[in-house]
Amino acid sequence: MRGRGGEWLGSEAVSRLQVVSGKGGTGKTTVAAALALALAREGRRTLLVEVEGRQGIAQLFGAEALPYEERKIAVASGGGEVFALAIDAERALLDYLQMFYKLGSAGRALKKLGAIDFATTIAPGLRDVLLTGKACEAVRRKDKAGRYVYDHVIMDAPPTGRITRFLNVNDEVAGLARFGPIHNQAQAVMKVLKSPETAVHLVTLLEEMPVQETADGIAELREAGLPVGRVVVNMVRPHHLDEATLRAAADERRAEVARALSRAGLGGARRGGLAERLVDPLLAQAAEHASRVELERAQRTVLEQLDMETYELPLLGAGMDLAGLYELASELRKQAGEE
Amino acid sequence: MTEATTGTKSGSGGPRMDAAPRLPVDRLLDDPGTRIIVCCGAGGVGKTTTAAALGVRAAERGRKVVVLTIDPARRLAQSMGIDSLDNTPRRVKGVDGADGGELHAMMLDMKRTFDEIVEGHADAERAGAILANPFYQSLSAGFAGTQEYMAMEKLGQLRARDDWDLIVVDTPPSRSALDFLDAPKRLGSFLDGKFIRVLMAPAKVGGRAGMKFLNVGMSLMTGTLSKLMGASLLKDVQTFVAAMDTMFGGFRTRADATFRLLQAPGTAFLVVAAPEPDALREAAYFVERLAAEDMPLAGLVLNRVHGSGAEQLSAERALAAAENLEEGGIVDQEPGNAGLRDPAAEADAADGGARDGGAEADADTDVHVDGDADVDADVDEITAGLLRLHAERMQVIAREQRTRDRFTSLHPEVAVAEVAALPGDVHDLAGLRAIGERLAAGVPAGA
Ligand SMILES: Nc1ncnc2c1ncn2[C@@H]1O[C@H](COP(=O)(O)OP(=O)(O)OP(=O)(O)O)[C@@H](O)[C@H]1O
Ligand SMILES: Nc1ncnc2c1ncn2[C@@H]1O[C@H](COP(=O)(O)OP(=O)(O)OP(=O)(O)O)[C@@H](O)[C@H]1O
Ligand SMILES: [Mg+2]
Ligand SMILES: [Mg+2]
Repeated sequence: MRGRGGEWLGSEAVSRLQVVSGKGGTGKTTVAAALALALAREGRRTLLVEVEGRQGIAQLFGAEALPYEERKIAVASGGGEVFALAIDAERALLDYLQMFYKLGSAGRALKKLGAIDFATTIAPGLRDVLLTGKACEAVRRKDKAGRYVYDHVIMDAPPTGRITRFLNVNDEVAGLARFGPIHNQAQAVMKVLKSPETAVHLVTLLEEMPVQETADGIAELREAGLPVGRVVVNMVRPHHLDEATLRAAADERRAEVARALSRAGLGGARRGGLAERLVDPLLAQAAEHASRVELERAQRTVLEQLDMETYELPLLGAGMDLAGLYELASELRKQAGEE
Repeated sequence: MTEATTGTKSGSGGPRMDAAPRLPVDRLLDDPGTRIIVCCGAGGVGKTTTAAALGVRAAERGRKVVVLTIDPARRLAQSMGIDSLDNTPRRVKGVDGADGGELHAMMLDMKRTFDEIVEGHADAERAGAILANPFYQSLSAGFAGTQEYMAMEKLGQLRARDDWDLIVVDTPPSRSALDFLDAPKRLGSFLDGKFIRVLMAPAKVGGRAGMKFLNVGMSLMTGTLSKLMGASLLKDVQTFVAAMDTMFGGFRTRADATFRLLQAPGTAFLVVAAPEPDALREAAYFVERLAAEDMPLAGLVLNRVHGSGAEQLSAERALAAAENLEEGGIVDQEPGNAGLRDPAAEADAADGGARDGGAEADADTDVHVDGDADVDADVDEITAGLLRLHAERMQVIAREQRTRDRFTSLHPEVAVAEVAALPGDVHDLAGLRAIGERLAAGVPAGA
């Protein structure tokens, strides 16, 4: 039953590599994991990769630290499978040396001298070349029958501020290392990253800085010729009251509110009564809420002007756990299906 | 600790931890012995905001302050007049200088800072060669650790100028607070280290000790590297290293010097965290690390804490009351609901949850009699909304409290200042002042 990416998720149907970026802390890891679950429909297999060496995926799934090895981490609702891999640049470099040069013990000598450390930390972009290279390898990998091993690869990527440089590093390296296997490899990776096979999503909150970063990020990605996917608006809070209603309540209807509180069983509504004393603090909280709603509305307008397709994920009030992740995944499926 | 433990450990019902000691922010700012304040913490918790707010407050309390910000939000930078990137401090206008204080501020330009080091330590020709080197350009534009290194470097420079009596330092938005301490040394040793010397003069290393095998190893290695990175890139690196020759030892030494400055008595670290598991976990690591490094921790700034003026009303009661009102609006007063309006029933309800319920319910028995005639569904709806909002707020407060209790039980000695979450972003002097006042008060307004 497994086959090509297929018929789902509108314009991203063919995007086999889905890269999830966004400002720090907006929910990149969470959204990437939810997307991996959502895309793992019946009979499908997805690979969730992380590249920053933080074991964020393992933490999220409550699993032990991931080794440098692809492992099944979850079964999606409907039966698809999610695999996970924490790509480690040092290991990737050694693999790589092995692949091209059959290095063996010389590889270990390099490691001892700090060359690997040096190479992966300082040598311009080499680290990023290895990380993107590994992800693209997984995208292109086929089994003996010639089918893709993973229907989708989802990358929990570096934040917006570094994403363009990260994905574009292969261009830079292809320029710096003008010949040789690195040059060739870099070009091959770039071909995947700049094709419609890839979509770069940006996660944001309805707050000024993340929205600003999203706008800047989209512009940068486009300028670099990288395919922008969707904006994922995360942690959206329910709106209980709008400002107009609230103002009316605060100005003219305090006594009525007090009586309503009293009717609901919260004490007396007369001046100094329990219910009456709740009115001020409750209205103050509501005023804060209203001004936040106002700010969120302004940020929504900014987002609308970007004219991007979006997903919108609710703030899970009880905090994040596995059940919450499945909830977000089904939300993503629902929103993709609606179009 | 992962999110999974959050819900289970130290459950909500338990007694509150002993309160952590209060961080005396004004005393810290006023003390002429305080020369450097470093604001560190995980990404996005409010380091830049806290640093700027402390700067404003210290200046308005009479000190001559410079704030070194890193990547401030655009509007904040604009409102402080530091949005032009010239890498030197500017006087911030609009700060009250009645007590003789001044505020200067700048935002770090890491590339310029790096360039300036090169220009300051090499003759013009050599400096030109370094600045034009492709490897240098990639390095200075921001590879791992460059920003942290340059922040330390800039701090050292500001301190050396001795123009200010207080320097407030923001730290880069790295994912781990520890990067600020570790990255400069790491970069310093790479730039000065063994490996880079090897690249520069492989023959010398092998020859000197007569260790042939090392020599063989070296050429194998440089050979491999040159295959791997392409000979041209390796050549760039070697040229870069050769040009930097005069500065060898310098990078590590400079990083070490600033590191010592951070251990000096005039330095105070503030760890900033939001009351969330990830941020407080980072804060705990950092607190432990500071102790291990003999670096003086002033305390924890707990930023974006939520409070409520109606904490006596629990989330559960608020939700139940909201449901009451909503049902009342739809189903036109079922008997069960009517029961609630019965004075006796209300007295019970008030007794159950409110502290001084009993006496009051008696006094109030007449209140809703007149309201009964035209029960306004609209008001019920608004009020239910108010109650739901309150229930959400109370849940947030409970969650934050559990998270904090865990930190306090790990580090009961750490002084804490709480800063309430403001409804909007902080992007001007008025906002910074408001944060400063909350920092000094140490407890969230309305709590
Ligand atoms: N929709 C949501 N509802 C509730 N909590 C959420 C939601 N999305 C993310 N979170 C929580 O927000 C925090 C940050 O999320 P996450 O770690 O996914 O962000 P990130 O962008 O990957 O962060 P970093 O930049 O540190 O890698 C986590 O504690 C996560 O559980
Ligand atoms: N107490 C507060 N109430 C409301 N908003 C706040 C508060 N503190 C900070 N903010 C807002 O939170 C956002 C992040 O704050 P800030 O830039 O200071 O964090 P940071 O730790 O410096 O982040 P980074 O790690 O990205 O540098 C800003 O938009 C700021 O205005
Ligand atoms: Mg993450
Ligand atoms: Mg900052």
